[in-house]
Amino acid sequence: MTDVTAAPASPARKTTSLYEVSARTRRRNAAEKRFRFYGLSAVLLGLMALIVLLSSILSQGMPAFRQTYVVMDVELRADKLDKNGNRDPADMAKLTTFAVAPLIKQATQTVATELGSDIEGLTDKMVGAMISKEAPGQLLRFVRANPELIGTTQSFEFLANGRIDGYFKGRVTHESAEMDNNISVQQLDLADAMVAEGMMETRFNWAFLTAPDASDQRPEAAGLGVAILGSLYMMMVVLCLALPIGVASSIYLEEFAPQNWLTDIIEVNISNLAAVPSIVFGILGLAIFINFAHLPQSAPIVGGLVLTLMTLPTIIISTRAALKSVPPSIADAALGLGASKMQTVFHHILPLAMPGILTGAIIGLAQALGETAPLLLIGMVAFVREYPAAPPEGLFDPATALPVQVYNWTQRSDPAFFERASGAIIVLLVFLVLMNTLAIILRRRFERRW
Amino acid sequence: MPGTWLFLILVTLSVLGYIMGHRKAVSVSGGSNRVMHSLLPYHGWNVGLATFLAGLFVMVVAALGRALMGVADGNNIALSVLTLAGACAAFYVTHARIERGYRARDGVEKMIRVILILASSIAILTTIGLVLSMLFEARNFFGQYPWTRFFFGTNWAPNFRGDSDLGMLPLLWGTLYVSFIALMVAVPVGLFAAIYLAEYAGPKLRAVAKPLLEVLAGIPTIVYGLFALITVGPILRDVFAIPMGLGESASSVATAGLVMGIMLIPFVSSLSDDIINAVPQAMRDGSFGLGATKSETIKKVVIPAALPGIVGAILLAASRAIGETMIVVMGAGAAARLSLNPFEAMTTVTVKIVSQLTGDTDFASPETLVAFALGITLFVITLGLNVLALIIVRTYREQYE
Amino acid sequence: MNDMRIVERDVDTQAIKFDCENVQVYYGDNHAIKDVNVRIESNTVTAFIGPSGCGKSTFLRCLNRMNDTIDICRVEGKLSLDGENIYDRKVDPVQLRAKVGMVFQKPNPFPKSIYDNIAYGPRIHGLVDSKADLDMVVERSLRRGAIWDEVKDRLHAPGTGLSGGQQQRLCIARAVATEPEVLLMDEPCSALDPIATAQVEELIEELRTNFSVIIVTHSMQQAARVSQRTAFFHLGELVEFGKTGDIFTNPKDPRTESYITGRIG
Repeated sequence: MTDVTAAPASPARKTTSLYEVSARTRRRNAAEKRFRFYGLSAVLLGLMALIVLLSSILSQGMPAFRQTYVVMDVELRADKLDKNGNRDPADMAKLTTFAVAPLIKQATQTVATELGSDIEGLTDKMVGAMISKEAPGQLLRFVRANPELIGTTQSFEFLANGRIDGYFKGRVTHESAEMDNNISVQQLDLADAMVAEGMMETRFNWAFLTAPDASDQRPEAAGLGVAILGSLYMMMVVLCLALPIGVASSIYLEEFAPQNWLTDIIEVNISNLAAVPSIVFGILGLAIFINFAHLPQSAPIVGGLVLTLMTLPTIIISTRAALKSVPPSIADAALGLGASKMQTVFHHILPLAMPGILTGAIIGLAQALGETAPLLLIGMVAFVREYPAAPPEGLFDPATALPVQVYNWTQRSDPAFFERASGAIIVLLVFLVLMNTLAIILRRRFERRW
Repeated sequence: MPGTWLFLILVTLSVLGYIMGHRKAVSVSGGSNRVMHSLLPYHGWNVGLATFLAGLFVMVVAALGRALMGVADGNNIALSVLTLAGACAAFYVTHARIERGYRARDGVEKMIRVILILASSIAILTTIGLVLSMLFEARNFFGQYPWTRFFFGTNWAPNFRGDSDLGMLPLLWGTLYVSFIALMVAVPVGLFAAIYLAEYAGPKLRAVAKPLLEVLAGIPTIVYGLFALITVGPILRDVFAIPMGLGESASSVATAGLVMGIMLIPFVSSLSDDIINAVPQAMRDGSFGLGATKSETIKKVVIPAALPGIVGAILLAASRAIGETMIVVMGAGAAARLSLNPFEAMTTVTVKIVSQLTGDTDFASPETLVAFALGITLFVITLGLNVLALIIVRTYREQYE
Repeated sequence: MNDMRIVERDVDTQAIKFDCENVQVYYGDNHAIKDVNVRIESNTVTAFIGPSGCGKSTFLRCLNRMNDTIDICRVEGKLSLDGENIYDRKVDPVQLRAKVGMVFQKPNPFPKSIYDNIAYGPRIHGLVDSKADLDMVVERSLRRGAIWDEVKDRLHAPGTGLSGGQQQRLCIARAVATEPEVLLMDEPCSALDPIATAQVEELIEELRTNFSVIIVTHSMQQAARVSQRTAFFHLGELVEFGKTGDIFTNPKDPRTESYITGRIG
């Protein structure tokens, strides 16, 4: 301790009053305030981004849940529908939409003469174009199902054309109609008149959730039915494969695996797999499941397998955390009673870790549900109008998936599809919110503090 | 699908194995657990599991053999017969061995162990599958197209009639440019948000803001893609690009970068938050005790102490930005271009993987196969970043343990 | 008591450094410090002793307003340093802490070099103008911390690489570098081995020539060895305060007597 005495004497202390805040301190406090302000702005910026994102999607997508319908009487003329007059189902099956189109045309002309007489420049063709191109098909299905009604006049509810629908949702205005080849101001005036007569109304659109996709020409008929079913099938596959495999693999790694290089490799491998870009899994799916194993393209089974491989690391990581959180004293107690390691794990540790495992599984599923990129590569962007059959065969039928349907619609030209894409996002987000709520409830309900 | 039916038959056979094994064990022991080595249900499990595993094993081996030898797909009968024969043999052997001293539980536990090991090996198989599938097709690609032109070519102009330019540099440039903008958004905002929430915010604000920020991380990327396409793109074009005369495209590097930055905010902030919280309170106390203000403490003590971890978090975020697909597909455009203008449409590696592998594809042409070469490049880059990040983060954690 | 070496040093009556009147501290609803009155003199080592949870550390942390960092903590009463109320609204805690330094229970060197650890305080408070000045301050502080000879050849090695005792002396040197008037020490030896403890205790005695030192300790022997004044806290109250010799040989309060003879605590 000799160096203390050698220490140079300290310079005389400045004796300053605490009550006087020095200029330097003021500067430092200003810097402190600025720093704090940056931090708060960053938090607010993040929250604002969330609000803008959600409100933009909500405001763009809500109209997709409402749809404009036209109610009109159509005379099911026997001379057009059943020339032989015998109501033979075989003849009915041969009918085409060309045969029924004149009936709709006739009905629309009646409407035009009733309501459109004082609208200048309104042509019959314009009136006909106000009905969705889906209408003849709808009429045909009705006739085939009810041949006994041929010859009568029935009231039908047809979808209005996408642009007329857009008029009632504010997407189309008189100004925009003047510049648009696909819609005219006269049609909009007639639409207003039809609303006044109760022949046209905009109401909740169940078909958006149940109908299949529709072609480029008829956005008003496009629905999410096939996509929802396809996503559901894929989630079934993921749940049936990823959960058992993930749990089994976690149990092995956490409870049984010897400490050696192989285990190390598996562990490093899993944490790396969790960060591999999802598109790379799509390449794997394409190369292995489709080109090598010859599974069908666009099938939920392939999508499910790809998503399983993708979610597996997430599930393994969360399951291992859940297993780790069970205190070793419980395992010791069971082992002390003479239970085998296997019995200890399956009778004690696994049940106690179950809530955590399920929470992780749901979060993994939610991640899989929103994944798009790998599905593009295995052909799920295809245009599918047929509902897949019931599982297990249905797993091999072509289908689409919710997020892919969104992408698909954004690639089309009619702006009405953008509204539907946003609407589909809302459906997707509702599913995700439900799943996450379930995960939170599970966690709250069964959370244990050891 | 005959495969499905075969599998269902196998499951039925296994259930039958359980029931018969259990029955025989009951009759051998007279219904008492005490006289047997293993509890009665274990004998049932032993038969059932052995049947199932044997059948599955034969089925997988036969199917693999069939695929490798190139036998036609229709030849399912031999496979079914082999599978069921294997299953029945295992059934018979295990069933016949049931007696008082038979250690059925050991057998069951061994088989469960095998199942667990098989499950763990799937992760490894996935990686092997990833690498092999891409390597195999990429080799085909490099057989048709010189690798120097791929890695160092500055022109990307695929042409499905052949004679394409497939230089990767414009794609790599687009990828790096978009990722750079994304990190310029995400790192400051995420880092400052993490600092504020960890060091300044009261418990109430933290309880609200933290989960809300994490919501951003749970939103699927397709949602961000749509947001870029219908909201951010047009706004950037009308507010910046057109008035400044920098272009008229709604899809641009700036659009994709900005939206991707928003997506990465929670990623950076939650990783940084963990890392900042791992800095011991004693460090902060030491600094406060010397008369440092909070921001001085954060800037000069907390951040330097947490720096390796934060760098690791940023590397992970970068790897995620490079591999992100949907936002760039919908927000960045499809034109391969080497340009500095952020308001111009550019394209990335992931966009081109999607565009070369969707639609009509011909797995013999270099225009399709190039996607696999791009894929393996992407895989190697992201893997490198992840491994580096994990090493940095791990050494950092050890420092405080 | 027989193994206790009570150093009876003659302490002249010194100037009052800290004057505390009716100090109350609350943690939420918990009344942690009840009505404490104490006068701490300059150039003196004052020891705070008492059983765990008696409030001695809490009180220590009031003296440089370290409790400000805890949201639910509330301090009432008058605490003045050289006649100035340190809880006055005009007082900036940052300036106060430059005057009242602190050393913690566990050595907490920053993960920087030894040099940067010492230079941290002078840098943030703007005490030096040049590199040469800073070098001088670092050397002087390290000498005062009685660690100069051990580290002078590796000033740019990380401070976390030193042994526990060296780390604690580094932390003391770091606290001294800002030229404080008072040095608060919160159980500075509890994480150290006996040899390192002896070195730190010797250092405390030497620091007294320049600073007024307040030390919280669990060990009565340590209090007896290093301090001239001792305050005994019990259940948030200051039970007895006086010359160390008096407290240990002739306690007035029965609670003090029970504690130092080992019956409570």
